[in-house]
This record gives sequence, structure tokens and C-alpha cells, in this order.
Amino acid sequence: MAEALLKVDDLQAWYGESHILHGVGFEIGRGELVTLLGRNGAGKTTTLKSVMGIVGKRTGTVRFDGRDLIARPSDEIARLGIAYCPEERGIFSSLNVEENLLLPPIVKPGGMSLAEIYQLFPNLEERKRSQGSKLSGGEQQMLAIGRILRTGADLLLLDEPTEGLAPVIVQRIGEIIRQLKSRGFTILLVEQNFHFAATVADRHYVMEDGRVVDMIASADVQQNIGKLQTYLGV
Amino acid sequence: MFELLGIPPQALFGQLLLGLINGAFYAMLSLGLAVIFGMLNVINFTHGAQYMMGAFAAWLMLTQLDIPFWAALVLAPLIVGLFGIVLEKVLLKRIYHLDHLYGFLLTFGLALIIEGVFQWKWGSSGAPYPSPIPGGTNLGFMFLPTYRGFVVVAALVICLVTWYGIERTKFGAYLRAATENPTLVRAFGINVPRLITLTYGLGVGLAALAGVLAAPIQQVSALMGVNLVLVVFAVVVIGGMGSIMGSIVTGFGLGLVEGLTKVFYPPASNTVIFVVMALVLLIKPAGLFGQTK
Repeated sequence: MAEALLKVDDLQAWYGESHILHGVGFEIGRGELVTLLGRNGAGKTTTLKSVMGIVGKRTGTVRFDGRDLIARPSDEIARLGIAYCPEERGIFSSLNVEENLLLPPIVKPGGMSLAEIYQLFPNLEERKRSQGSKLSGGEQQMLAIGRILRTGADLLLLDEPTEGLAPVIVQRIGEIIRQLKSRGFTILLVEQNFHFAATVADRHYVMEDGRVVDMIASADVQQNIGKLQTYLGV
Repeated sequence: MFELLGIPPQALFGQLLLGLINGAFYAMLSLGLAVIFGMLNVINFTHGAQYMMGAFAAWLMLTQLDIPFWAALVLAPLIVGLFGIVLEKVLLKRIYHLDHLYGFLLTFGLALIIEGVFQWKWGSSGAPYPSPIPGGTNLGFMFLPTYRGFVVVAALVICLVTWYGIERTKFGAYLRAATENPTLVRAFGINVPRLITLTYGLGVGLAALAGVLAAPIQQVSALMGVNLVLVVFAVVVIGGMGSIMGSIVTGFGLGLVEGLTKVFYPPASNTVIFVVMALVLLIKPAGLFGQTK
């Protein structure tokens, strides 16, 4: 693995009084696609939010591209080149599709153009004047992903992009994620669906009770299938 | 000379014009309140005092510094808007995480303090401001003072420009998005706290602009915004909290309703808006243009 683009060490995070992350550590090399696997409540989403700077309180080290993120507000973190696609998708209902797509400001050169994004998601171009609230779940997910590709961010944080979607859409999203990886994006993917994760990722970190407890490369998934099933409770 | 339901046309159109002018001020002020509420989640009860500050700024500029009306129309909103920005940075931003009630108490208290200071310094009798466009036109059925016609047109332009800015520009898209989900907008790299400060400054500037426009029509006095802010608050509730078009349409509409009430049943003219508010709340609790969240 090349030098880590994102390196997280002893990350602790709190929501109000509840202590959610108890020393999370992992790293991602530039151009890698890494997943966080784990049961509900293991702390996967909180880990993404902590990297992005949108949890109440966090301590530890989060280094991105050689800079420490832990003390920075989320707008500054975004401008360093990290883009976030939340689990609930966060489509703005008072904005139309194109306004949603154009909302995140360009933070660096090298992002995809609007035309390229429409090429990747033809449905979005057909519906570009529709209000965000009028989209189907799959379209909303595509918009939520498409929206963060323009900004020039190198690292994409994707929180359960397949949740609640029909199998054919899940497949489409898998193709898109592979395309994004081949374009050079570094991707940290949170997934419940480990069959899906295994088809796209290089490596998997397994989380339990607010800690990373194991790391499995995609090539070794078959040998470790029993262990993984125990971790995930499937 | 024709008559309508026993009402002479001069009285009818005179009151309608007055209603339209009042409506213009309701629209401009409720617009600022709506924008501020949408973004800050604070009901800005200082709005009436900031409107008064706009009028006072224009009057002081004219009487102390010989700065004419047209220059004051630009300068006063800038100065009062800056004052708003300071208020936001020093006080308001500390209460966003608290219940609405605290925002109400803080802004209401600020209004009392500001109005108290102006009353103490300049009294409450009020000072006249000369009309910048004297004269008028006899339309046959009524006499239209030029300046009042100008105010109605100017208010319409201001409202439409604000509407366009919010609904059709990039800055407006940021505002609308941040109203829905400030955390996510910030996580996209937008400095939301600065956006909030700027929004408050703009809303306050809008109130001051209305104040400058009102100076030649009303007496410039410390308490000129006190009753107005109550009516405007009712307008925002009727139009729907946070709705831009709702504020504009309801503002002008209620001005006219009030004007008509003055013609047909004068005793009710002070209460008609609140009656409308109660009815609307009974039938459509989110307001005419509001969306239930």
C-alpha cells in the first residue's frame, strides 16, 4: 500500500453524553477503496461523521494528506478535499436536481464536469428541473453521489449507498463505484451488505462496539467467510 | 360622480392606496423576518426597531450631514445592516441551540433597549422628513402623491429582487439548502456561520431600507416600529413561516384588506389582520404558503 491518504488513530467520539467510538484506527492509501463493515450501532456512520467533523466531540488523530483534521470545522475539512454522502442522502427538497448537483462548491481542480456526471447518471439529466423531493430512492442516491463528484475532492465518504434499494439499482451503484475507483477516487465505504462490499472493495475493516477489530483483504474474504459471518451476525 | 355601496370613490381609492402603501411596508418587513427566521430559526422581534433605525439614520444624515434622501436610501441600510451583523456575532449566535422562546426574549429585549435609547435621546414626538419627490397627479377619481406611488413601485421591485435572489441564484440556493440542513451544507465546504451572519445583516438591512422609505410618509419617531412589528409578525404567520412568496403576497394583500376595512367598517381596521390570522391558523396552521415540516 502506498502512503496513507487518510490515517485514523485512537479516534474517540461522543454524541452528547454517550461515548460512541472508543479508539478507532485504520488507514486508506491513495486510490484505494476500503469498507467499514459491522453490525448496526458498531460506529461505522459515526466514524465517517468524525472524519468529516460533524459529531459533537471527538479526540484522537485524523490525518488527511499530511494535515491533522481533528480540530478543524467541517467546512474546512471539506475544502481540503473530502466529500461526504450521508446515509439519509441529504437531498435538499427545496432545490431542484441541478441546483442540488451544483451546490457543493469546487474545492480543488480535477473534479468531474456536469456533463460527465450526467453521462454517469443519465436519469439525473432527464430530471434536472425536478425538485429534489420528487425523486425515487435510487435517483436520490445517484444524486447524492453525483453531487460530490464535481468538487475535486480526492476522498469520498459513502455511507450505505445501497440501503433500501432494489437489487438492480444496487448493481448499478456497484458499477458506478467501480468506475469512480478507476477514475482515481479514494473511497471509504460504509456497508451493511458485505456481499456487495466484497465485489467493489480492496480491503475491509470490521467494526464492533466503537472499535476496529479486524482487517480483511478482499482476496482473503473466502477463507475468512466464517469469521466475517460471526462478526456481522448474518 | 359615481358611488359604490354609498362610498364616494375618493374615499375608496384613497384608502386602497393607503392600504397598498401599508401593504408595501408589511411585505418588505415580513420578507426580512421570513428570511431571518428560515436561516436563524429566530423570530426577530428587533425588526421594528431596526426599521425605525433606518428612518432615523436617514433623518440624521439629512439634518446633521446634509446627505440627501437618495444617498440615505443606500447608506442607511448598509449602516443598520452592519449593526445587525454585530448583534448577530455578539449576541444572537449564542442562542441558536436554545428554544425559540429565548430568541424571542432576546430580540424583544433588544428592541425595547434600542427604542428606549432613541426615545431618551430624541423624544417620542417625532420629526418630519421632507418628501424627496413633492407634488402629485390628479387621476380624476383621486389624487396620487408622486412619492407614495414611488414607494409602492420601489417596494414591489425590492420584494421581487429579494425573491429572485433567494429562489434563482447560487447564493439563494445556499440559503435554501442551509435552511433545510445546515450541517450538511457546512460539510460541503460552505462557511455556514458566515452565511447566517450575512443573512441576518441582509434581513436587517431590508428593514432599514423600509424605514428610509417610510421616513417621508410617517413621522420619524422612536416608536414608529412598535405597532408595525406586531402586524408584520401576523403577516408572516398568515403567509407561512419562512415562505418568501408568502410574505410578499400576504403583505400586500393584507394591506389592501386593512384599507378596505377602513372604508366599510372603520372600527375593525385595527383588528382585521389578527382576525384573518386566527382564521388562517384554524384552517391552515402552517400558513397560506407554508409547508408543514
